[in-house]
Amino acid sequence: MTDFLNALVVLGNFVIVPGIAYGSQLALGALGVTLIYGILRFSNFAHGDTMAFGAMSTILITWGMQAVGISFGPLPTALLALPFGIMVTMLLLLITDRTIYRFYRVQKAAPVILVIVSMGVMFIMNGLVRFVIGPDDQNFLDGERFIISARDFKKMTGLNEGLAIKTTQGITLVTAIVVVIALFWFLNRTRTGKSMRAFSDNEDLALLSGINPERVVMITWMLVAGLATIAGVLYGLDKSFKPFTYFQLLLPIFASAIVGGLGNPLGAIVGGFMIAFAEVTVTYPLKKVLGYLMPESLEPDSLVQLLSTDYKFAVSFVLLIIVLLFRPTGLFKGQAV
Amino acid sequence: MSGRIHPVILFGIVAGLMIGTGFIQSWNTALLILNFGLISAIMALGVNIQWGYAGLFNVGIMGFVALGGLGAVLVSMPPTTEAWSAGGVRVILGLLAGAATIALAAFAQKRLTGRTRALAILGVLVGGFIVYRAIFDPAVEAIEDVNPAATGYLGGLGLPIIVSWPVGGLLAAGAAWIIGKTALGLRSDYLAIATLGIAEIIIAVLKNEDWLSRGVKNVIGMPRPVPYEVDLQQSESFVARMESWGFDPITASSVTVKLSYAALFTIVLLALIWLTQAALNSPWGRMMRAIRDNEVSAEAMGKDVTARHLQVFILGSAICGLAGAMMTTLDGQLTPGAYQPLRFTFLVWVMVIVGGSGNNWGAVLGGFLIWFLWVQVEPIGLTVMSGITSLLPEGSALGERLIESAAHMRLLTMGVILLLVLRFSPRGLIPEK
Repeated sequence: MTDFLNALVVLGNFVIVPGIAYGSQLALGALGVTLIYGILRFSNFAHGDTMAFGAMSTILITWGMQAVGISFGPLPTALLALPFGIMVTMLLLLITDRTIYRFYRVQKAAPVILVIVSMGVMFIMNGLVRFVIGPDDQNFLDGERFIISARDFKKMTGLNEGLAIKTTQGITLVTAIVVVIALFWFLNRTRTGKSMRAFSDNEDLALLSGINPERVVMITWMLVAGLATIAGVLYGLDKSFKPFTYFQLLLPIFASAIVGGLGNPLGAIVGGFMIAFAEVTVTYPLKKVLGYLMPESLEPDSLVQLLSTDYKFAVSFVLLIIVLLFRPTGLFKGQAV
Repeated sequence: MSGRIHPVILFGIVAGLMIGTGFIQSWNTALLILNFGLISAIMALGVNIQWGYAGLFNVGIMGFVALGGLGAVLVSMPPTTEAWSAGGVRVILGLLAGAATIALAAFAQKRLTGRTRALAILGVLVGGFIVYRAIFDPAVEAIEDVNPAATGYLGGLGLPIIVSWPVGGLLAAGAAWIIGKTALGLRSDYLAIATLGIAEIIIAVLKNEDWLSRGVKNVIGMPRPVPYEVDLQQSESFVARMESWGFDPITASSVTVKLSYAALFTIVLLALIWLTQAALNSPWGRMMRAIRDNEVSAEAMGKDVTARHLQVFILGSAICGLAGAMMTTLDGQLTPGAYQPLRFTFLVWVMVIVGGSGNNWGAVLGGFLIWFLWVQVEPIGLTVMSGITSLLPEGSALGERLIESAAHMRLLTMGVILLLVLRFSPRGLIPEK
């Protein structure tokens, strides 16, 4: 029995807890991608760099707060800075929309042109972030490091294995739940949210019913700014902030959105967790877990690591291909055009 | 069209920029820019075939370029005999087992139905994976243990490196076939994401499969298709001739080497331009453009849109692979860590869009121009930043920061150029006729 519990704890510590945190971050990122896809009808390649920009603004404000001595007790100061970071990002996205995207919207340009335009925006944002904060790792985490540390857990339960839950992992999950509930409430219950969904379902009908498209687009960008900044800051707190990793998040984020069904918010969340768990499970060496579960004679010699961590992109990719082959609209029916 | 600058003048301007670099900086720098410009032009041609002819959105160029580089290693490096005897056959057996597993699973998927199918596929995949790892892992370990500091990989075939150029193209074509088979015929964004993914995976394979490509230990000292500088400097006839022409033999030797590369690359580029132009003006080219402009009506005319897309996707990727092999030849080494998507995928896109999508000459011009800017923006940015900094008080933190960040100016510049062209001249500098 204790063997079983130990196995469970190891699995929890190295697979489930990190998987939940990473899944929440991917889900928030994929929600942003899927919202833009649903309303503006293009795949936004600048999303990873939007996340980086949001995280960067939050980091700068956090440093400012730390310098004047503001802190958030046991929680990271970044959470206090987050609303301001979101505002800066909203401003940036609204400016990009006004100066860049709107022109093509008025022209009714093909979606693929907008994708290329977003590539240009990606370059600029990437350059901007590197210009302001540099390409290096930045650490902006303060406050308590652990909710439960491995040692405390061992003492509490008397098990061999410890389960550590980092504060950032707890914060990630709580924030993600709050944000998702707020988003769904907004989309399903408020007048603006309903007009957004109407716009996404049938643009012409929505226009005929007197919905103002520019307002819908503006609110979409503001929501996306919020989601991207939160996702970026949570990822930065949990792992570390480095502009290039945010660019690389583009693949798992898009994979999440597509696996769930592009344009479908619920799908984005499910897709995010699926990709995250697949990635963590496949790249974690399961030797220790199996060691507790199996009789000694059958204990595996190798690490039982299915893939080395360097191939984590392959996991999102394979899931993506499987979904594309067997269910091109994603698990939840997204928009198939 | 009035208001457009004639293509010849545009090419003249780019040539002027290169020659200006030669006078102001050095001829070595200018020739280096020219050589990479030639390679960039070839990559842009490849992407132009996909995007300009057929409207396919490929953001995995980096992967195809890297496969070309791998091709260069596999063809030109001397084989490591010890490594082959240590585990060469077993590695190949392992890979065959892996391929057989996938083939068997696909066979089960086709032939069986219902629950038996799911069970059979799962059984085949799990069993096959265990067999594959059991053969493959020890073989890899054995190979990587063979003198890891110098080799630790299987090496290549030891053939002349020029042979690797078409081989690089073939490797890229193979990868493109796999991607095209799955993602073509679906939405255009799906192809984009799929290619983005395969590019990252190819780079991960090159970085981690040490038995194949030495991974991050890099393959260095690859053979060359042109003479070495040292040999030229020791050749009496070369030194005498250069001195009689009034050149410094050392500078002259490196210039000669670079010119020889430029000559080789120019031959390839001209051949490709000739081929692509012929293709564009043939019935095939007209069909491709018809498909691009209206898929539905082309399909109604009996054209197999997905098959044509697959064909053009493979051709374009093969050209990128060819360019990749050429680039590795020029570098003389394969450094998997150096492949960055912004530099190898998105920059090529800027070249195609700025040059003029759908027009081969436009793509070539874009390749040269954007590569020139990519190289030169950094020194120019540094000069500008130093100018600003000199106005600031000595040793100010802001000044230092500005100088430091001049290196990131190029991304910003490329983004601005791309957006400006898309907005004000969406058909590029030399538009499609």
